[in-house]
Amino acid sequence: MGNIKTIAKRELNAYFASPVAYVFIVIFLLLTGFFTFMIGRFLEANEASLNAFFMWHPWLYLFLVPAAGMRLWSEEHRQGTLELLMTMPITPWQAIVGKFAASWLFLGVALCLTFPMYITVNYLGDPDNGVIIGGYIGSFLMAGAYLAVTCLTSALTRNQVIAFIVSVVICLLLILAGWPPVTEFVNGIVDSLAPNATWIVSMVSSFSVMTHFEDFQRGVVDPRHVLFFLSVIGFSLFSTSVVLKSKRS
Amino acid sequence: MIKVENLVKKFGPKTAVDDVSFTVEPGEILGFLGPNGAGKSTTMRMVTGFIPPTAGTVSVGGHDILDNPVEAKKAMGYLPESAPSYPDMTVLGFLRFAAEIRGLAGAEKNKAIDRVVELCFLENVIHQSVDTLSKGYRHRTCFAQSIVHDPDILVMDEPTDGLDPNQKREIRQLIRRMGEKKAIIFSTHILEEVEAVCSRAMIIDRGKVVANGTPSELSSKSELAGSVTLKVRGTGAGAIRSSLDKIDLVSKTTTVEEKDDVAWVRAFPKDQPKNGEVSAAVAETAAKENWSVVEVYTERGRLDEVFWNLTISETEEQPK
Ligand SMILES: Nc1ncnc2c1ncn2[C@@H]1O[C@H](COP(=O)(O)OP(=O)(O)OP(=O)(O)O)[C@@H](O)[C@H]1O
Ligand SMILES: [Mg+2]
Repeated sequence: MGNIKTIAKRELNAYFASPVAYVFIVIFLLLTGFFTFMIGRFLEANEASLNAFFMWHPWLYLFLVPAAGMRLWSEEHRQGTLELLMTMPITPWQAIVGKFAASWLFLGVALCLTFPMYITVNYLGDPDNGVIIGGYIGSFLMAGAYLAVTCLTSALTRNQVIAFIVSVVICLLLILAGWPPVTEFVNGIVDSLAPNATWIVSMVSSFSVMTHFEDFQRGVVDPRHVLFFLSVIGFSLFSTSVVLKSKRS
Repeated sequence: MIKVENLVKKFGPKTAVDDVSFTVEPGEILGFLGPNGAGKSTTMRMVTGFIPPTAGTVSVGGHDILDNPVEAKKAMGYLPESAPSYPDMTVLGFLRFAAEIRGLAGAEKNKAIDRVVELCFLENVIHQSVDTLSKGYRHRTCFAQSIVHDPDILVMDEPTDGLDPNQKREIRQLIRRMGEKKAIIFSTHILEEVEAVCSRAMIIDRGKVVANGTPSELSSKSELAGSVTLKVRGTGAGAIRSSLDKIDLVSKTTTVEEKDDVAWVRAFPKDQPKNGEVSAAVAETAAKENWSVVEVYTERGRLDEVFWNLTISETEEQPK
């Protein structure tokens, strides 16, 4: 535990030691504001809720989370510090969890800084704050899932740009799996090949972050959805450890 | 204590380290020598647990590096070849991180950091960010990291690489001092360093150990070792050689140089000469012949020649 903390502390310091962290936070806040007010028509909707705010998160995170996480392991590869880290008296798992936790915390800080939205809706109307909290929890979990995927891709390559692109593609697949046109498309294929195998359609869409994020937006914190995000995180981090091990041998 | 047995590392079809065994006890400094690509760094990476061996075992301080990596790594400090460090940190921040992950905290941690900052002469750059350091300072920062927890076992891959001559000297002295109690492995391309620092040296070539012994044992393998060189003014090299050839202990003589009235002749001993026997006989002959001797000395053998013979000649014999 102490080792995880030391690793996480170093990683978090690394974020805030460079201007990247501040640039990231500013961009995140500007984009959430832009999408919520301009595209989501938050004010015109005249609704006391943050739906217009949360609905964009899967898409915002698609680019911002890989940008925040792409350096996690690829920089260790590139700078040669992996050799230091892996010869220190810690387990690889502690390093993986520590680095992931630091990044996730950083994303959490960025998310918390959107609190003016919360204040605004409470000032303008009388929203269901349980729904808003649910949205925040779901959003944070989703960010964690994207981040874990980015962890995995950045362990694969010393090139941050490649790590970024591959993460975006994987996260996009995670979003699109539940998008109606894709569901219909899969449905069409399944229908023509094996009309009875509708479970395939539901399986594909069950891999979608959209399907799982929706309930959070309605204020429902369903353990199954929480479990989904946590399993994506667990699976990706485990794969990261496998990749790091195979890279060294 | 480091104990390495039959270590093998294959990268695909290529064998980088081929059946290397050695032990290093506390108070010993083992120097790794060998041409580029010989497998020195690869061996060290296996000893420190960075890469797993294809075959063989490594035990560090009594812990197997595969079965009990954390305990083994606790006992060890490691300076990788590229001397990596986190560029976004300051020297102090980096050393703090290294100390914390080695389990140091509070006053103990600060004391440990002060100690290595002094030992590695980092006072002037302590608050500077690592990516603005010069190469030598970066190297020293990583060196400091490897000794911050005062480990019993040290593995250092080219510790003096990139340092200025004064720093090279300081670091060599430091290694030698630490080597009185610790078990140390280090690699180098500087042969004098081996003679100055190591208690034992190993020459590795294409993954195999081709020589292993104290530096003087290794240098005595040189053809020159034990030969007596004589500089004489006013007598021809031919005359000197024919007189020296008559000595029983001498197997052959060569002319090194003849210039400005000074002849420079070398007499090689027959089989293993006892200390000083040959030079005594040469001096006796010189006195008898009444040569005006400028200089006479016995070669102790040269490591560079041994190195050359062990690592070059084989390449020529068996080209790929
Ligand atoms: N990760 C790797 N993949 C493939 N081959 C490798 C890898 N690491 C090392 N090698 C090869 O193993 C051999 C030994 O390399 P190593 O770095 O141990 O040499 P070295 O003795 O340290 O050389 P130098 O004096 O240049 O530092 C080299 O031929 C190298 O190309
Ligand atoms: Mg090397």
